Amino acid sequence: MRTLLRSAAALVAAGLILAPAAASAAPTPTPSPGAATVTKAGTSFLTATAITAGQPVRVGASTGDHLYWAFPAEAGQVHQVNATVTFPKVRSGASTWTVDVFDGLRRRQACTAGAQTPTVPASATSVTLGCTLRQVRPWAEPWSADPLPGTYYVRLSVVDLPEPDLGLPIDVELLVTADGEGGASGDDGELTAPLVPNGRAGTVLTAEPTAEPVAEEGSSLTGWLPEPGSRWFWTTAGGVLAAVAGVVGFALTRRPRRR
Amino acid sequence: MINKRRSTAVVWGLLAATALIGPTPAAADDETTAPPAEPPKVELVLDVSGSMRARDIDGRSRISVAQQAFNEVVDALPDETQLGIRVLGATYRGKDKKKGCQDTQQIVPVGPVDRARAKAAVASLRPTGFTPVGLALRSAAQDLGTGATARRIVLITDGEDTCAPPDPCEVARELAAQGTRLVVDTLGLAPDEKVRRQLLCIAGATGGTYTAAESADELTGRIKQLVDRAGDTYTATPTVVGGAAECGNAPLLAPGVYTDREAFSEHRWYRVPVRAGQELRASVSVALDRPVNPDYGVLLRATAPDGRELVRGVDAGSGRTDVISAGLRWSAAEDAATPTPEPSGTQPARTVCLVVSNAFAPRPGTEATPGMPVELTVDVVASSPAPDGPDLGRGWALLLLLTLAGLLTGLVAGLLTRWWVATWREN
Repeated sequence: MRTLLRSAAALVAAGLILAPAAASAAPTPTPSPGAATVTKAGTSFLTATAITAGQPVRVGASTGDHLYWAFPAEAGQVHQVNATVTFPKVRSGASTWTVDVFDGLRRRQACTAGAQTPTVPASATSVTLGCTLRQVRPWAEPWSADPLPGTYYVRLSVVDLPEPDLGLPIDVELLVTADGEGGASGDDGELTAPLVPNGRAGTVLTAEPTAEPVAEEGSSLTGWLPEPGSRWFWTTAGGVLAAVAGVVGFALTRRPRRR
Repeated sequence: MINKRRSTAVVWGLLAATALIGPTPAAADDETTAPPAEPPKVELVLDVSGSMRARDIDGRSRISVAQQAFNEVVDALPDETQLGIRVLGATYRGKDKKKGCQDTQQIVPVGPVDRARAKAAVASLRPTGFTPVGLALRSAAQDLGTGATARRIVLITDGEDTCAPPDPCEVARELAAQGTRLVVDTLGLAPDEKVRRQLLCIAGATGGTYTAAESADELTGRIKQLVDRAGDTYTATPTVVGGAAECGNAPLLAPGVYTDREAFSEHRWYRVPVRAGQELRASVSVALDRPVNPDYGVLLRATAPDGRELVRGVDAGSGRTDVISAGLRWSAAEDAATPTPEPSGTQPARTVCLVVSNAFAPRPGTEATPGMPVELTVDVVASSPAPDGPDLGRGWALLLLLTLAGLLTGLVAGLLTRWWVATWREN
């Protein structure tokens, strides 16, 4: 009887022991090994230079330029944008710099941490900017402004400075890093098409489009099943544990063996 | 003990499976853009006016620094890029301002570059005359011609325009408002305050950049960067569209990128057909191409044809910026999506109106026309239905709960079995 009790307790405790270790401290952002350095920047949303998380950017520019980069994001990821602007020349006054992040629909994204708009005095030789974004959701209602998978734009610019400082050369270093494995469970919803902007030149229609035949709803055999994902494994494991615990519980009620 | 040998295994499988119809998303059409046959086109516009003789860049004259930079740029030119070179103030030595202000020539025509010829043409330049920047810009735009792709002008000057009118900044705004997408990047050689203001105005009006070059390396590096940029980004050209003052006669837009102009406090309407099961995505950027008061905003609304608002995107800002943007998503709610199925099994498209409005305040003296550049992106994709809620569980708490429930059930089942066996034996 005691042995059985102990083994039952051990089974229950097993789950707790397997609990994941505490999240390790956030490491300083480092570029992915082997990632090629990007030496370009776009000047508008349409011409933003494509980069990926972990790919370092190093580009020379002029004070007052609005520099654009675009990176892809997946559900479950948390992105961090870090930029350093160095000033090789003497400037005449204090300046305020900003790093703005927009999603694929050019909607402004909030930063949860980081120096998004630092002001530096004229004597400073460099300024560091940072922005940690919210976790990308797998799905959100069309009316919400939650971060969704797709393209994200980073815009680096100076918002306030003495006019004579415009046009002076600067050196910009930028790195976007991504935390989180990405790919959330399908049960939490899924965006059918990621927020990747359509960059083609548009066509003005001359007439209302004609009615289109309704697509036949394909009735699949597995359509009623939940989406594949980690929940299947968790629930199955829970069922197995419950079965074992049931057997243990049943055994506990037996009369002790006669000696 | 009859029941002792009895199997004691009582196992309850605990797998929940709820009947829920999974969505079958429509496949989004995957059209790819055909690469335009046109090559990137850039024209360098160099000021060769008398002031270029000044020897104030690393002890060398401005013109020699510019010539060296041009040589290096021509050497490093990507093969596909078509480069032209135009000069201003290069030939007329007289004092007649009227004549001197017509003095601009194209010394290398826009086309595949003959490197040796281009270098020879640049080497022969001697600083001479007036500075007709406005006229040179207008001519450069003509040199580049019209076409589907973006064109870039790189203007290198050291002095203020001495020939206004036409005011170069007005010319730049007028060129930008024409159908062709034209970007003017400006480079000031050892610029003073007036030159800087003028070049900033030209660059701002066309979405270009301004650089103050104070050494030969800076000048060369920047021109190379601008020419490279032309090759990278010239295909991103939106379609020109004119929004209407009301939804009824607004242009009907297919997915893609459009550009328009909107004056201060103006409303511009567009229409987009959206079918049931589709999601409308729209974003708008309004460029600040002229001096405005420091606080501003933009509003993009989607409305039904009867004026009912469906959704809005809004953003506001303060301070120096290039564009201000807002975006929205909208898809018909599930119940409203299939109001009356057409008898022939077809699905008509609904029309959604988009209206762009702005909250910019002009500074005294700011020109109101042409309006500010508006970039509108429209996309219609398969809608993403709301998830049906998680049917399965996840996490350690779930395992603990299921295990405890199993243990409890086992205990109850065991006790019941014992009670039942005892009762049965007694009777």
